[in-house]
Amino acid sequence: MKITVNEKSYNIEKVLTLLDALYKIKSTQDSNLTYDAGCRSGVCGCCSVKVNGKEQLACEYEPQDGDKIEPIKYYPIKKDLLVDKSSGYNLISKERAYLKLYQESTLEKTDESKTQIQTDCILCSSCYSACPVLEVDKNFLGPFALTRAYRYTADRRVANEKEIVDNIQKSAIWDCTLCGECTLACPMGIDPKADILQLRNLSAKHGYMDPNLSNMGFGGGFGFDPNGGF
Amino acid sequence: MISIDILVVGSGISGLSAAISAKQNGSNVLVATKNIPTKCNSVMAQGGINAALGNLEKDSIELHIEDTLKSAHKLANKEMVELLCSNAPDTIEFLEKIGVPFSRLDNASSPLKSVAQRKLGGASSKRACYAQDYTGLKVLHTLLDYTLNLGIEIKDNIFLLELIKNSKNEVCGALFFNFNSGEVEAIYASKVIIATGGFGSIYSKNTNSLGSSGDGIVTVLKAGGVARGLEFIQFHPTTLKGSNILVSESARGEGGYLVDSKNERFVDELAPRDVVAKAIFDKINNREKVFLDLRNIKDITTLMPQELKLIKTYAKVDATKELVEIEPAVHYSIGGIAVDKNFNAINLKGCFAVGECSNALVHGANRLGGNSLLEAVAFGRLAGKKASDYPDSTIEREDIKYNLPLDTNYSNFDIYKAKEILADTLFSGVGIVREKNSLTDAKSRIEKLNIEKLKANGTAKYNTNLTALLELQNANILAQAIIYAANKREESRGSNIREEFPDTKEEFEYPIDVTLGDIK
Repeated sequence: MKITVNEKSYNIEKVLTLLDALYKIKSTQDSNLTYDAGCRSGVCGCCSVKVNGKEQLACEYEPQDGDKIEPIKYYPIKKDLLVDKSSGYNLISKERAYLKLYQESTLEKTDESKTQIQTDCILCSSCYSACPVLEVDKNFLGPFALTRAYRYTADRRVANEKEIVDNIQKSAIWDCTLCGECTLACPMGIDPKADILQLRNLSAKHGYMDPNLSNMGFGGGFGFDPNGGF
Repeated sequence: MISIDILVVGSGISGLSAAISAKQNGSNVLVATKNIPTKCNSVMAQGGINAALGNLEKDSIELHIEDTLKSAHKLANKEMVELLCSNAPDTIEFLEKIGVPFSRLDNASSPLKSVAQRKLGGASSKRACYAQDYTGLKVLHTLLDYTLNLGIEIKDNIFLLELIKNSKNEVCGALFFNFNSGEVEAIYASKVIIATGGFGSIYSKNTNSLGSSGDGIVTVLKAGGVARGLEFIQFHPTTLKGSNILVSESARGEGGYLVDSKNERFVDELAPRDVVAKAIFDKINNREKVFLDLRNIKDITTLMPQELKLIKTYAKVDATKELVEIEPAVHYSIGGIAVDKNFNAINLKGCFAVGECSNALVHGANRLGGNSLLEAVAFGRLAGKKASDYPDSTIEREDIKYNLPLDTNYSNFDIYKAKEILADTLFSGVGIVREKNSLTDAKSRIEKLNIEKLKANGTAKYNTNLTALLELQNANILAQAIIYAANKREESRGSNIREEFPDTKEEFEYPIDVTLGDIK
């Protein structure tokens, strides 16, 4: 069968995963083909690529004849399918998503389930690549970083919730269009869109309002500016 | 040219734990990693992290010590095992306080009492704290969030080449191949901590991440250090047939059975790994098939979501309804850089080693499930503190003289061919069961590959063929070192099983040491 990587075609035998195919090509046909891979089992997040326009983990995807493989979007491309994901890490420190201040809490099963799915994130950036907001706003925090933020705010042990909430107001939760592309792209079944909605509710509790509402032209001072002296 | 207090090489759980504690102890820390932090073996650890919290069954630090020593077959250092096990509850408390999302128990009397625990092989109690079957992933990512937010710099895509020493023979930095720039660069540091992980991926059938090539161990050997106990390589009993994707011990801990072709159980599923792996190996050698039966596990979808997904993806089987065919594969490097009780690498002043790349004498001849994550965090933190408190090496800068193995007259395909032959040779000749002839054959087959003469084609920048060759060169040296150690051990003990020496002998109650001089 035939697959194309960035418009270059390769004939390959039937294999279990796209990663097997990429290795076969690199080791026998085209050693210059460049991609990343690690755990081979869907937990290290290295091998995310786009197949026929949709984000996939190469180590989990079973290749089909005619597949078109491209690198994931929005990160600088180093070579072929290999992108520079290091800026993704900056998003996590930018929003200060971590347990900075611990408050003693004895957690229960319901607490575990509150963040169980969110903490399955492998930082593959599939959601980031699928997000249309980044097309127009390169500073947008994007889905995985916001899921990360939610994961800490939803944890009763975290006493620095307010700081995280403060950091996700600009180019973040209110800029999401709730299109749900991130949710469809996630190989771990995480729903960043739902997490963003939760963060909006939480932000409202902390006195923030959707800035889009104040821009909708109600006129006459109905606009609420969270920084406006309240 | 960068200069810092502590250079941590490796960004798995050991490396990040060491970096955090050194930083909290006041040191200026830089983490160097050959790829990105999520690409490590740590994220693949599923089962759990041991600590005698006694949350579900009666347990004690003494029992934890006893189980660990028993499984080590007299090759562990009692003092180091005591240090490990007595630090375990504090380690879980540290992880709890930075937000690790452990699985929970209801109605607990305190935060630590709420951490769920399961039984793993060789343990006398439910001792492994877990986060579903994503324990390593969730610990690593929580540590990563913490590291990033503490402001510790992580320099990615730099490949460790050599340690730098000053005129007093102290380690004061390291040379790296910078994959992003194509340059060889030096990072100077008053102390260096090696936390580069194991070398499972140099074997053909293994459960490890592709980059587990033992780079730190070889770098230390080249600098004059010692590798200890390399003959002890743990085979995991249950990996999916063919793909060798890991099915965690927790599957048996939660009640899964092993059955043979006649659908009969043939071994205590929760015996230590060396025992279970050998029993399965014997069946397979006898042309039988071995299966894991998970159909009787209650709540399997909540207890082991990852297992079900992996089995579905890579074996195309629904484990809630069907049997899963398995085989043993290389899983963990018990041996590694010889260190003293302060994690200082033997013969290398200013250089520390911790985690799977090291041999701190806690696993002996067979590691218990759940003790490696414990070692990574507990000893990672201790090593970070010890290194931070240790006297500084004087930094002496030198001109960089390092020739990368690049040449346009060579074919990159030769790298992959040699890598595959080396991997197959190790698995067949230095596998679960070894003998003199298989070891000698393996040695000469590997020598004939002339790996040290191979070159990568192309320019250095973003050249994955070059990094593949650098890893292969390390694998080549390690292979010789492993064969040397396995040859010396003329007995069977734990994970070192010798066909012609089936008994354990008193005269071998020590791990074999290897230096570069022994294999040249």
